[in-house]
Amino acid sequence: MITEIGAFALLLALAFSLAQLVLSAAGRIRRSTVLAAAGEGAALAAFIGNLLAFAALMHAFITSDFSVSNVANNSHSEKPLLYRIAGTWGSHEGSMLLWCLALTGFGAAAAILGRTLPRGLKAVMVATQGGLGVVFLAYTVFASNPFARLTAVPVEGRSLNPLLQDPALAVHPPFLYAGYVGMSVVFSLAVAALVEGRVDAAWARWVRPWTLAAWAALTVGITLGSFWAYYELGWGGWWFWDPVENASFMPWLIGAALLHSAIVTEKRGALSGWTVFLALAAFSFSMLGAFLVRSGVLTSVHAFAVDPTRGVLLLIILGVTAGLGFALFAWRAPTLSQGGLFAPISRESALVLNNILLAAATATVLLGTLFPLIREAATGEAISVGPPYFNLTFTPLMAALLILVPAGPLLAWKRGDAAGVAQRLWIAALIAIGCGLLAFALVSPRKAFGAAGLALGFWLITGSLAELVERTRAFRAPAAETWRRLTGLPRGAWGMTLAHIGLGIFVLGACFETGWKQEAAETLPIGGSLDVGAYHLVLETIGGVEGPNYEAERGIIRATRDGAPVCTATPERRFYPAGSQTTSEVYICYQGLSHLYIVLGERRDTGPQPVWLVRAYWNPWASLLFFGPGVMALGGLVSLSDRRLRLGVARRKVQAA
Amino acid sequence: MSWLPKSRKARRRLTLIAAIAPVLAIAVGLTLWGLRDSISFFYTPSQADAAQPPAGRSIQLGGLVAPGSVIKHSDGRVEFTVQDQKAADKVVFQGDLPDLFREGQGIVAVGSFRDDGVFHAKQVLAKHDERYMPREVQDALKEQGEWYGEGAKPHEAAPATRTDASAT
Repeated sequence: MITEIGAFALLLALAFSLAQLVLSAAGRIRRSTVLAAAGEGAALAAFIGNLLAFAALMHAFITSDFSVSNVANNSHSEKPLLYRIAGTWGSHEGSMLLWCLALTGFGAAAAILGRTLPRGLKAVMVATQGGLGVVFLAYTVFASNPFARLTAVPVEGRSLNPLLQDPALAVHPPFLYAGYVGMSVVFSLAVAALVEGRVDAAWARWVRPWTLAAWAALTVGITLGSFWAYYELGWGGWWFWDPVENASFMPWLIGAALLHSAIVTEKRGALSGWTVFLALAAFSFSMLGAFLVRSGVLTSVHAFAVDPTRGVLLLIILGVTAGLGFALFAWRAPTLSQGGLFAPISRESALVLNNILLAAATATVLLGTLFPLIREAATGEAISVGPPYFNLTFTPLMAALLILVPAGPLLAWKRGDAAGVAQRLWIAALIAIGCGLLAFALVSPRKAFGAAGLALGFWLITGSLAELVERTRAFRAPAAETWRRLTGLPRGAWGMTLAHIGLGIFVLGACFETGWKQEAAETLPIGGSLDVGAYHLVLETIGGVEGPNYEAERGIIRATRDGAPVCTATPERRFYPAGSQTTSEVYICYQGLSHLYIVLGERRDTGPQPVWLVRAYWNPWASLLFFGPGVMALGGLVSLSDRRLRLGVARRKVQAA
Repeated sequence: MSWLPKSRKARRRLTLIAAIAPVLAIAVGLTLWGLRDSISFFYTPSQADAAQPPAGRSIQLGGLVAPGSVIKHSDGRVEFTVQDQKAADKVVFQGDLPDLFREGQGIVAVGSFRDDGVFHAKQVLAKHDERYMPREVQDALKEQGEWYGEGAKPHEAAPATRTDASAT
């Protein structure tokens, strides 16, 4: 019964989205506040309908109602509660419902929070959001209905893939989708600005909080996904330049570019056309991601539910939505104002350079991701583009960008002073280079590239701190003065400093881990040992373990360093009877910031005594890989809480004006 | 500098182009270089026979694991034969095999041929979902008429397993 209510609520949400589109558009055309307000009400109703549908599906998962096809295919009654809940978005149909929930949720939030927006702009935004809702809800209802029933009800479900039964992955999709779909508000705002022909500082001020929220959520989502891949898949790596990973990374890069270009539009009124373009591109890349992940056109190591017919539908949605957006842009953008002029050396120029580099980096990732498709269509040869391509193209562009990061905030608007910036940053640069040289001298084996990367990471941190010192006149003015300035700094400035430092922390982790990781793999009998880095691992015993929905072999492996005990690792190899699948449960010994990463592999009985394949990795500073992005996301949140972006303040200003 | 345009707008445009051009040139250059050197071709054994990839060149070899060909050594080495309808190649792999690596199963091995014609795999890819078949393998087998359709509709989330050979 609840399932039917859910299916009905989903249909209602579709109907309300359609009403939202029609009423808001009519409200704009007839300049009627009543119709526009009705459109906003419809947006809220669409969200409530969607929420009910989502709750109904979750109920079916929690109660293990296997008469629902989606539940039967993706759940199992013995699964722990958390994973039964997470199963709601563990399948294609359920995750599309989550996507729609986020879409209507953002639509309702934009309609409610956007009270300060000019009426026309707001009506067009709500209408566009309604249009997006219609498209995706129609797709969910007609092409991937999560409430489809089975005539022959199975006794037991086929279970969620055990690899997905993990706390990080349980919360990964909601964050990722909040990020992907949060960009839809920015898209709608861009469409509204183009229709109204008005892109000004106020518009950019409305774009920024939505971009910040979506970007921060996307940062958390990608990091959780990467962390999951790192410890759950047991491959010892954290980023594989896989199409599915790239699909989530491209909207992130474009979102980062948009965050920076919106500042220029807000403060200086310049780059308005480019900001609108990025706003359209961010959500287009989100939709491209959805298409790439679900259609199966690219061979991915993290393949999700793939179905070519659905892929075609998603491609049509992507083509029509993005196509209409960009066509509108081509038609209306020439009418947008050009904005203020600026000198080649100025904060504007630094931000433009940031955008050029981010856009170029995104383009190389896009090309690398799609090249196998292009090549196959052109020549019929199947190829794959691997990590070497991305290391060669993406890394130099990013390195160039990272060198410039600390300089940007120190440059003045309009006309900057390069010599002055150099004067303020030389100490930071010296410290960073010193740290790099120290790493080159001390860490064995010696690696120049790795040390240069570490210097770059330190440079981001010291350079950001130098900017803070400069702003607060620390070491030059009395301490009280510095304290007063420090507490008086706007949250936006703190957010920026945190985000840049977080980026530096991530770069440190990425360079150290990539440059100096070590790995070893051997087949060990009981009592056998292997060495990785400075550590000596001994396989003591192997025992059986009974889990809630799996059976496992658990190895007890003692790690020592120079004879001193370090930790006792208990990696597992689990067998899930529900899907007859085996997974590895990695054991990570945390050694400060570094990880000793141990995987128990398959058992081989071919020799005189049974042996187990044991793999071990020494991943120095690997914790920073996940801590850095966390700091970045925190920076985004702090920036989001800035007074300037709080909508109430904007309203008071509008009323005063 | 008299050759610079007089209008400020045109000057600004020129500065912008001067900033974009080198980045674009570098990006395009790196991309072309990267695409020349870091792509790897996919072959089935018979396609590999025809194409004769040079020894040491990284490629992907896809096909079905020949029944009865899998030999697991206790030092962690695995030998098996990957075949299509016309040809077969011997593959050596050191490491942990994906769980659904079975005889008769479609797989993709990433690695290179050695001088003696044995394929040395650095990775073996096979998805966890038993209904899954790597797309390239599926396409290649369809072309050869050895494809009998899928047993069931794949609609489950099915991440892959991948195994890396560590000690080679």
